[in-house]
Amino acid sequence: MDAPLLIVGASMAGLRTAEGARRAGYSGPIRFLGAEEHAPYNRPPLSKELLQTPGHGHAEVAFPIRSALEEGVEWMLGRPATALDTARQVVTDARGDEHAYSALVIATGLRPKPLPIDGHGLTGIHVLRTIDDAVALRDSLRPGANVVILGSGFVGCEIAATAAKNGATVSIVTQSRVPLERALGPLLGAEMRRRHEAHGVRFFCGESLFGLVGDPAVERVILTSGVMLECDVLVVAVGSDPNTEWLQGSGLDVSDGVLVDGGLRAIGVDGTVHPQIFAVGDVARYPNPLFDDVARRVEHWNLPTETGKRAGQLIAAQLAGDDCEPLAAAGFAPLPSFWSDQYDAHVLAFGMTYLADRSELVAGSLDDECIVEYYRGDALVGVCGIGMRGAVQAYRSKFAVPARQ
Amino acid sequence: MIRIDVDMDKCQHYGQCVFEAPEVFQLNADDKLEYVAEAPDEMLGDLEAAADVCPMQAILITKA
Repeated sequence: MDAPLLIVGASMAGLRTAEGARRAGYSGPIRFLGAEEHAPYNRPPLSKELLQTPGHGHAEVAFPIRSALEEGVEWMLGRPATALDTARQVVTDARGDEHAYSALVIATGLRPKPLPIDGHGLTGIHVLRTIDDAVALRDSLRPGANVVILGSGFVGCEIAATAAKNGATVSIVTQSRVPLERALGPLLGAEMRRRHEAHGVRFFCGESLFGLVGDPAVERVILTSGVMLECDVLVVAVGSDPNTEWLQGSGLDVSDGVLVDGGLRAIGVDGTVHPQIFAVGDVARYPNPLFDDVARRVEHWNLPTETGKRAGQLIAAQLAGDDCEPLAAAGFAPLPSFWSDQYDAHVLAFGMTYLADRSELVAGSLDDECIVEYYRGDALVGVCGIGMRGAVQAYRSKFAVPARQ
Repeated sequence: MIRIDVDMDKCQHYGQCVFEAPEVFQLNADDKLEYVAEAPDEMLGDLEAAADVCPMQAILITKA
C-alpha cells in the first residue's frame, strides 16, 4: 500500500490542508498524527465562550468533519511527533513508532511562552492554548478571584474581558505602553485600555514580574517597580513559540518556525526546496508579496485556512506526479485578517497592522465605532475597525500585489 | 440543493462570508448579516469556503 499523506498536527491548519488536497483531487490515504487528544477544534472561543460557560468542551468547538474526509483518514491522537528523517521519509512519534509518508504536512503550531521568571512550582499559574488549558483556567476564575494577567496581547486582553465580566478582580501587567500595542498601535491601544478600565480592569504598563509569593499556590505577585498585587490566578500570556523541536537535525530551516517558499514547501538549511514537505498555519514562515519579500510567521486566524488550501493544491499535484513549479511560482498573497471581541467592542482588521510606523483615525470616533488606517511610509499596510464592518470589509480591495517593475 | 443555516446567536456580523459567497450572504445597511437558506449544488465550494472563514464558526452547510 502507498504511504499516506501524513499530517503532523491535528489542527485547523492540518484539517484545511487535508480538505484542500481532497478538493484538488487527492483520493489516497491520509494520516493525522496529533499531540493533543482532541480532533481539530477552533481556538478563539477558548478565551471567550468556553472560558465562561461551565460544561462547554470539545463538542462546542470541534470543526465538523466534511464528507470528503470520512473515508481513508486515520486519526492518531495523543501522539506527539519526535523526529523527522527526510532521507527515509519517516516521522517518529513519542511511542517510538515510525510513520512513512508520501507527502508530509507540518502543522504543529505554537505553544505559549512560559513564565519568564522561576515559578518555584507554585500552583495557580496558567497559560491558554488548548481546551485543557481553558477548562483548568475556567475552574479557577471564580467571582471575586484576584486575577493577574501577564501580557496585553489579544489572548491576555480577551481573558481579562471574560474574567472581568464574570466578576473577577483583574489586573494586566505588561511591558508595553498600551495594551495591544504591537497589533493595534497607540491610538486604538489606548482606546482599548479605556474600555477595559471602564469594566474595572487595572493596568500596570511598562512593568514586568519580579517575584511570586505563596505556598503551595500563588498568593501575591511583585512587580519590578515594587508594586505588590494580590493574586489567586496568574495567567501568562506573553506570546508563543513554534513547535519545531522535533525537526531539529532534519535539515529543514527552523530558525523561526518552518521556512517555506510561496508554495508552502519546506526549505532546507542548504536552501533547497523539499517538494514533498509542506508547512501550514502558525508554524509556517513565508513571504507575502502583498507587503514585501520578508518571510514571516503570521499568527492570525484566517491563515491556517489560507495556507491549508494552498498547500492542499500543491500536495495533490505533487502526489499525482504533475509539475508543481508553475503552481508554486504563481505566488501566495493571502490577506491576513483578525478579529477580537472584548466587552461590546467588535474589532475587525485586515492586513499587517504591526508593520506600520503610523496609524490614523479616518472615520467615526475612537470611543464609539471607528476605522483606523495603518501606514508604512506611504503604503497602506492595514486597517482596523471597531464596528463599521461593511466599511472595513470594503478595504479588502485596497490590498494588492504591486505590479512587477 | 444545499441548505444554509446560520446560528444567529453565534453570528457577530463580521461579514467574512460575504466575500466568499456574495450570492448568498450580505451585510445590510445596518451591517447585519442577511442570507438565503438554499443554494444550488454547484455553489458547494464557495459555501464551504464561507463556512471556513466565519470567525464564530456559525455557518452550517448541508446537502439537502
